[in-house]
Amino acid sequence: MNSQSLNQDLKNVDQLENYKIEIENLKKRISYLEEQLADILEKKNKVGIVVFSGDLDRVLAALIIATGAATFGKEVSVFFTFWGLNAIKVKKKLSNKKWHQRLFAFLNPASASNLPVSKMNFFGLGSKMLKMMMKEKNVSSLEDLIKMAKELGVKFIACEMSKDVLGIEDEELIEGTESGGVAYFLSHSLNSSMTIFI
Amino acid sequence: MNYDVMLDVRGLNCPMPIVKTKQELNKVESGKILKVLTTDKGSIKDFQGWANTDKTIELIKQETEKDENGKEIYVHYVKKK
Repeated sequence: MNSQSLNQDLKNVDQLENYKIEIENLKKRISYLEEQLADILEKKNKVGIVVFSGDLDRVLAALIIATGAATFGKEVSVFFTFWGLNAIKVKKKLSNKKWHQRLFAFLNPASASNLPVSKMNFFGLGSKMLKMMMKEKNVSSLEDLIKMAKELGVKFIACEMSKDVLGIEDEELIEGTESGGVAYFLSHSLNSSMTIFI
Repeated sequence: MNYDVMLDVRGLNCPMPIVKTKQELNKVESGKILKVLTTDKGSIKDFQGWANTDKTIELIKQETEKDENGKEIYVHYVKKK
């Protein structure tokens, strides 16, 4: 074998090794980019809504956006905190509570059907009138929207801390409601494309 | 215009036309076309916005008709992709 062709062969082997390394590097970069893209797409697919208010008109807006986003195929999480918890209550429980919690429970609406409006409530008259006006125009009631949201897979999460402070127990809330703290909320919100505070 | 299923949500208001349509689409196979009748004027833009955002559906056609009382009906043809 002459030395020139041997040299050429060795060179070819070297080059082949280089190509292999380069291909491996490219593969790594592609899988890294794929991961990043999957992250971005996942974020684009999530929507987070915080319901702080317990006013009928505001909660209505939140639920309309939630059901709309769910229709779009988005993964929607609604966090109910403080007054917002009134919207997902199903009953009023007064027993087994401290006196101030009992007073709070007594003075707060027992369910979505009893929420006041944020303006012109006039001891509940405003709320009744708004419901009448909505019915006349065939707009879904808050109770219907909540039911629809659950059907569409919207996740309801109650703020653990508010529940604790106000003395609200799981049995007082709509079935299937999860509980979580700020970190739980943030883990959703930071991974979503849109977060609304109502 | 051909269609496979008809959905009548006349009288219902935002967001129900699109919500009900979505629920109906969940029941049919892909490729099927749904004809949706609405009276909610906002539904015209709603269906357009939905189709622009949700890649699982296609808005084929929208038209406005009048019923026997002269009231406007909005007709949407939505295809499940």
